[in-house]
Amino acid sequence: MSLFEQMGIVYALLGAAIAVLLAGAGSALGVGIAGQAAAGVVSEDPSKFAKVLVLQLLPGTQGLYGLLVGFIALSNIGILSGKPVDVSVQNGLLILAACLPIGIVGLISGRAQGKTAAACIGIVAKKPDQFVKAMLFPAMVETYAILALLISFLAVSGIKL
Amino acid sequence: MAVLQMQRVSICAMKKNRKAVLERVQALGLMEVGDILEDDAGFAHMDTANARISFEKAAAQADRALELLDSYAPEKKSLFASLEGKTLVDAEVMREAASRKEALQRTATKIQALDKQIAEKKAEIVKLENSIESLVPWMSLDIPMNLAKTKTTAVILGTMPGAVAAEDVYRMLAEAAPDVDKVDVSVVSAGKDQSCMVVCCMGRDAEGVENVLRAHGFARPSQVWPKTPAEVKEDLSAEIAKHTDEMEAARSEIVSLADNRGDLRILADYYRVRADKYQVLGTLPQSERTFFISGYVPTRQVGRLEKALKDYDCVIDVEELKEDEEAPVLLQNNKFASSGEGILESFGLPHKGEIDPTMLMTVFYVFLFGMMLSDAAYGAIMAVACGWALLKFPRMGEGMKKSLQLFFWCGLSTLVWGVLFGGYFGDVVNVVSRTFFGHEVGAPALWFAPLDDPMRLLVYSLAIGVVHLFVGFGIKGYLSLRDKKYMDFLCDTVLWYLLLVGLLLMLIPSSIFASIIQMTIVFPPVLNFLAKAMAIVGAVGILLMSGRANKNFALRIALGAYDLYNISGWLSDVLSYSRLLALGLATGVIAQVINQMASMFGGGVVGAILFAVIFVIGHALNMAINMLGAYVHTNRLQYVEFFGKFYEGGGRAFAPFKENTKYTSIKEEL
Repeated sequence: MSLFEQMGIVYALLGAAIAVLLAGAGSALGVGIAGQAAAGVVSEDPSKFAKVLVLQLLPGTQGLYGLLVGFIALSNIGILSGKPVDVSVQNGLLILAACLPIGIVGLISGRAQGKTAAACIGIVAKKPDQFVKAMLFPAMVETYAILALLISFLAVSGIKL
Repeated sequence: MAVLQMQRVSICAMKKNRKAVLERVQALGLMEVGDILEDDAGFAHMDTANARISFEKAAAQADRALELLDSYAPEKKSLFASLEGKTLVDAEVMREAASRKEALQRTATKIQALDKQIAEKKAEIVKLENSIESLVPWMSLDIPMNLAKTKTTAVILGTMPGAVAAEDVYRMLAEAAPDVDKVDVSVVSAGKDQSCMVVCCMGRDAEGVENVLRAHGFARPSQVWPKTPAEVKEDLSAEIAKHTDEMEAARSEIVSLADNRGDLRILADYYRVRADKYQVLGTLPQSERTFFISGYVPTRQVGRLEKALKDYDCVIDVEELKEDEEAPVLLQNNKFASSGEGILESFGLPHKGEIDPTMLMTVFYVFLFGMMLSDAAYGAIMAVACGWALLKFPRMGEGMKKSLQLFFWCGLSTLVWGVLFGGYFGDVVNVVSRTFFGHEVGAPALWFAPLDDPMRLLVYSLAIGVVHLFVGFGIKGYLSLRDKKYMDFLCDTVLWYLLLVGLLLMLIPSSIFASIIQMTIVFPPVLNFLAKAMAIVGAVGILLMSGRANKNFALRIALGAYDLYNISGWLSDVLSYSRLLALGLATGVIAQVINQMASMFGGGVVGAILFAVIFVIGHALNMAINMLGAYVHTNRLQYVEFFGKFYEGGGRAFAPFKENTKYTSIKEEL
């Protein structure tokens, strides 16, 4: 049995890593962008802290979605319970592919959502009573992360080892 | 679930009762005063702008004084102070405080004056400190700084840029003014940036010497004192100490005035209410003996208003609104549904001709929120926390109360969904029993666990979406029926229902659907035929009828085809409900991750302590972020998908003439 035939579990782990890594990076970027805007508002009016914090948090969910898919992938290949399953190369690559949607969409949507959240923090700065509407615009972006999460989740949990 | 019917009420009363009538109307807070009659020669408007402005100013002054009190003598507030609401004040107490209004206003002015004093002292101290700072390099000088000459010599005091030594100065003078011979240069201090020096020369040479020095950047100090720098510093320090003492005295005087806080609040509100009254008074037409007031009053409250005013000689005229009149909107809902009014208001109140969808929206809101959070323990915590706050602080603001009520219901719904899906802090029952008691016990799901069968829940989520959307679309149909637009009802509602139901019925027996639910559903052939027939009739109908307003047949078909394209909108709307599954999974799986992390330290006492710490922090975070997610995405489903089918909003909220207080609410003896 050559080395390449044993790579299955490595691919699977790589998939989990990509899901967590890219989606987490997307959220980090998004929360960072929104945080800069939030800090600006709070420096002018500290009483808006709670509202802008909520908006800053909105792009943080992609990271959680990535974590979710990564967790399901890891528990699927038995790494979490300490008894790794024999993963064929084909199954390993399947898991890797299944992790891609949430990884890539998480990265891009996290960043985009962060920009939207930053703009919406501007709404809160000027018209605090329009807070609910301001919260909705970032949520529009998040829809696509949710769709990617669904596909990744259904695919990863659907691969029977 | 209704928008309250409004009527226009006009009151004509004697001028001698003006104050009493206006105050009565304001205390009741039932009427939105609007501009009334057209201009009439017999009536004049009173100019109240000055009185109003002076009241507003007085209110602002009291506000400012309260702010200052808060910054100098902060009040001890509990964590939940924001829930407590306005203090209830008896009308008697209000009147009593109002009778002392001059004294109270003086207190407010005094607080502001003291604050100004403190600010001035602060500035003064900074100035003095700067002076001391500028004296530091001169400190070793032992002559008064303003000494300019003795009998025969001149004393030139100043600075030069850079580090300069006495020899440098001698050399400069020797080069530029060789005929000046008797010069004494002493450098008081030499720093990197500047050097301070005293140059003595014969009185007649003074001008020449100074010119030479100036060419090298010499400058006299900006401030000179008739004493030696050390003495000056002492004086200045004493002055700073004096200012500091005065500042402290002013500060403690402000603190000693903190007891007036309650009275100042009443004062601020008193002036605020009076300012409102005078604002309204300015809009009222008045004749020599009478005055008029008119505005919108909810129909069911007209009686109360009439009863309250019956002691005064006045004529009250009640009339129905005109057809085209856009009345202000006041919602009336039962206890459950009114909790959703805040959500509706954020989107927009119903405009003329729309119904109030609060009841339906709230039912769906609670249902969908629970499904997205879907953890029994989180739901229980939410419901208990909101219930506790509602009982403990019965006087909290109206908006806050509605939100907490809504989240109380959402918590209960979350609890129910959690039990159905078997989520109690994720899988904490399994993890704890496995880690600490050796054998695994599970909390079984009453219905099914979404993690085991996500596809099944996906189908249910989309089905719930279809129901939600169909209800919204149905309301639109109901509105066309109510307005007797039967053609609209047939073409815009019935045909679409035919098409959509037909397509759904065609989808269910298909192989795609079978692979999703892993079960083949076979319809009798009649139903299959019926489904196709419905879809075709619907589609053709929409194609032909959508553009019915257009005479041009080709354009009409094109518009119909465009409307038919909306089917993709329906598809994306339905798919949007897949977030019900995704957010539910997110809560459950992240909770599991936390439990897994917490249990990594194994059993035993240490394990249990670490478990508890990680458990509490982790679940608090997970609950917070998922509640936020559920809130945002439930709002989205309501605003975008549900309201998109039938609701526009844009109504104007009812803004009655009332006692618009900030700190207190006045208990009226009515």
